[in-house]
Amino acid sequence: MNYTAPLQDMQFVLDELAGLDEVAQLPGCEEATADVVGAILDEAGKFAGGVLAPLNRTGDRTGAIWFDRTVTMPPGFGDAYRQFVDNGWAGLGHDPEFGGQGLPRVVSAAVREMWKSANHAFALCPMLTDGAIEALELCGSDELKQQYLPKMVSGEWTGTMNITEPQAGSDLAAIRSRAEPQADGSFRVFGQKIFITYGEHDMAENVIHLVLARLPDAPPGVKGISLFVVPKFLVNADGSPGARNDAYCVSIEHKLGIHASPTCVMSFGDHGGATGFLVGKPNEGLKYMFIMMNAARYAVGLEGLGHAEAAYQHALAYARERVQGRAIEGSDASVAIIRHPDVRRMLMLMKSQTEAMRALAYVTAAAQDKALHHPDADERQRQAAFVDLMTPVVKGWLTETANRIAYLGVQVHGGMGFIEETGAAQFMRDARITTIYEGTTGIQANDLIGRKIAREGGATLQAVIAQMRATQAQLAASADADAVAIAAALAAGIDAVGQCGDYIVAQYGTDVRAVAAGAVPFLQLMGIVAGGWQMARAAQVALGKVGAGGTAAAGSAATSETAGFYAAKLRTARFYAEHVLVEAPGLAREIVAGGASVLALHDDQF
Amino acid sequence: MVHERYERAEETNVKILVPVKRVIDYNVKVRVKADQSGVELASVKMAMNPFDEIAVEEAVRLKEAGVATEVVAVSCGATQSQEQLRTALALGADRAILVESDAELQSLAVAKLLKAVCEKEQPQLVILGKQAIDDDANQTGQMLAALMGWPQATFASKVVVADGKATVTREIDGGLETLAIKLPAIVTTDLRLNEPRYATLPNIMKAKKKPLDTLKPAELGVDVAPRLTTLKVVEPAKRQAGVKVADVAELVAKLKNEAKVI
Repeated sequence: MNYTAPLQDMQFVLDELAGLDEVAQLPGCEEATADVVGAILDEAGKFAGGVLAPLNRTGDRTGAIWFDRTVTMPPGFGDAYRQFVDNGWAGLGHDPEFGGQGLPRVVSAAVREMWKSANHAFALCPMLTDGAIEALELCGSDELKQQYLPKMVSGEWTGTMNITEPQAGSDLAAIRSRAEPQADGSFRVFGQKIFITYGEHDMAENVIHLVLARLPDAPPGVKGISLFVVPKFLVNADGSPGARNDAYCVSIEHKLGIHASPTCVMSFGDHGGATGFLVGKPNEGLKYMFIMMNAARYAVGLEGLGHAEAAYQHALAYARERVQGRAIEGSDASVAIIRHPDVRRMLMLMKSQTEAMRALAYVTAAAQDKALHHPDADERQRQAAFVDLMTPVVKGWLTETANRIAYLGVQVHGGMGFIEETGAAQFMRDARITTIYEGTTGIQANDLIGRKIAREGGATLQAVIAQMRATQAQLAASADADAVAIAAALAAGIDAVGQCGDYIVAQYGTDVRAVAAGAVPFLQLMGIVAGGWQMARAAQVALGKVGAGGTAAAGSAATSETAGFYAAKLRTARFYAEHVLVEAPGLAREIVAGGASVLALHDDQF
Repeated sequence: MVHERYERAEETNVKILVPVKRVIDYNVKVRVKADQSGVELASVKMAMNPFDEIAVEEAVRLKEAGVATEVVAVSCGATQSQEQLRTALALGADRAILVESDAELQSLAVAKLLKAVCEKEQPQLVILGKQAIDDDANQTGQMLAALMGWPQATFASKVVVADGKATVTREIDGGLETLAIKLPAIVTTDLRLNEPRYATLPNIMKAKKKPLDTLKPAELGVDVAPRLTTLKVVEPAKRQAGVKVADVAELVAKLKNEAKVI
């Protein structure tokens, strides 16, 4: 598989929309100057395209292989992981105290997008390690941190999150794994966990499991869950891996996609108990897990973006080289299929939505940095509220849209898309998990309408709507025809979000079932309009560069690459307004008026 | 991984100068300017000349093997060439020098600037790319050798430095040729000399803190005025469609009469 990091668009979004320069002024983010970030993106792009992407097909075809409680990774994965560690990529966003580079999240978002585009299955290993590091950083004792973090930050050891059990999927109250206190302060952990990504593999010398389990005296339900560290190999006093712990992978799943990522059934304590160590306080495990979960949900949103970009690049290359059929307006010879209007429509849908997704994702990452590092407490609060509101949107909308984009990628390939050899189908299969794990789209949508909107009376949503309206008004005042068209579609989109927000706040207390029936359509609406807002901001910047009415001249082949980029950005934003944003009013009708019919049938009428 | 040929470390005081050039990234589709005065450079993605990357890699390997004591990267060109110098620093060069000039620098001017830098820095070895992928001139190394009066070994596919000399295997039309040249000397790199590494993230971060000095051509007393005038730059001619021949006789006739190759 070929992958070329879309450096120009990434840099544009970082500089013009996410405000990299502002982020670099935050305390603790000073390293992220434009020149250093440019060099990092350049080099990460080379690594993603040169090392990770070539393994994507092999990983899919060979898959991870389980035998006798061990997992063998596909050929090349071990070497690639060693290079990934040697080149220092594992520590990109982590605390310098433990050997990381401490770069801001907006930078790591761009770099992680590349890993995910190039090889989703590979990228899951560092992603899970990141989550485990974050949990230990936030909640672990100093001793645990000193013992585990340096080698996890370097990537020598990898991490996992052991949450799900056969009877406890979306409902964590049903967790049964248990932990018995020992005289020396450690615990014996017993239980079975399923769907454990990279629970066992041969790329690192130790695997550090974070496991949710109940203490003997724990209250029932979610209030009685504690978090434990259970290493695959216990750690000696000198920090080296010691005795094998009683934590084994007893099988791996056969899946629709991400074949190279071992999805493990983990069994703890089959031989007397796995030694574990409590993280933080007893019975607070779920709270800790939720801190991690938000980061993980955002990261899965980035997986959606990664797939969208990769599927688009793949389809575009095919559309340029596949010659088939005369042009519909008449041509002497057959033309490349990119000349056919419907193929162009599909490519534009892929391109425009991918760009909108990237913009929303990076803007949210910049807000994460501000929420963490801004010197003003009120501003931190505002940014955190924005991140909370947008996290389910980034997770849900990016992954749902990525699936549509991967679907279009197959469609552009025609019959060849259905043949695995072309590689288009793999994006569709691999992307499929992203709307499911770390909370399905339904879970994200319930989080959005309940915790993020209804609970606070829609306050953050109203603040975002005000920002959107400000962008819209500026664009509407332009003399440029593209700008005016974009502004009109955005206005209708913002109205739709406003109307639905009011409906959710008003009805959540009285008719929650009807509101919840429209939760996923509302998440979709939020994504489309927030993405449209970012495309409108992009159009504004582009307009400033090419000048009003300048697209006609700037589009000609003879002008420079940059002018071509900005002209294309403006036109792409207009396409998005006319083909994607237009869905907003229809979705609003569905959300506000469609709840009753969702619920109208009796169970036995299905 | 340290290759066998870098392991011997008898020469302990070798300073290496590595000139690097900022060129259009090899992935970019080059466009000719509408007025045919040159190619479009405004905001096009730029990168280090790939042959120069090989030169940096070779110098860094010699340093890692204990053969070289210091690697100094130098670039002649606009301010933005700093980016390529930072790349060289991230790959392992110790410090960098930018000879800053917005003028069009032709091979001879660059060779003269490098001569001045050589006199200042007194390197024992200069390793540079055999050519830059923008103008494909393949001149700077040879001109520099002539100006310095140093021996040269061009198109290197293997370099061993020991006992005050460099033993260089060169790629020539008939195969491989091995030369031994006395230091100080000039070596230009061919594609198969090595495979450049990826820069590590910590080294990218550290590169920013390594010293980068800026000089002007005037300070070096070099006149960089172009000696050649570009008349025009045009796209390569489009390939013509082929024709089908009915039989071997027609093919032979065409080869004889139209292509005139037999």
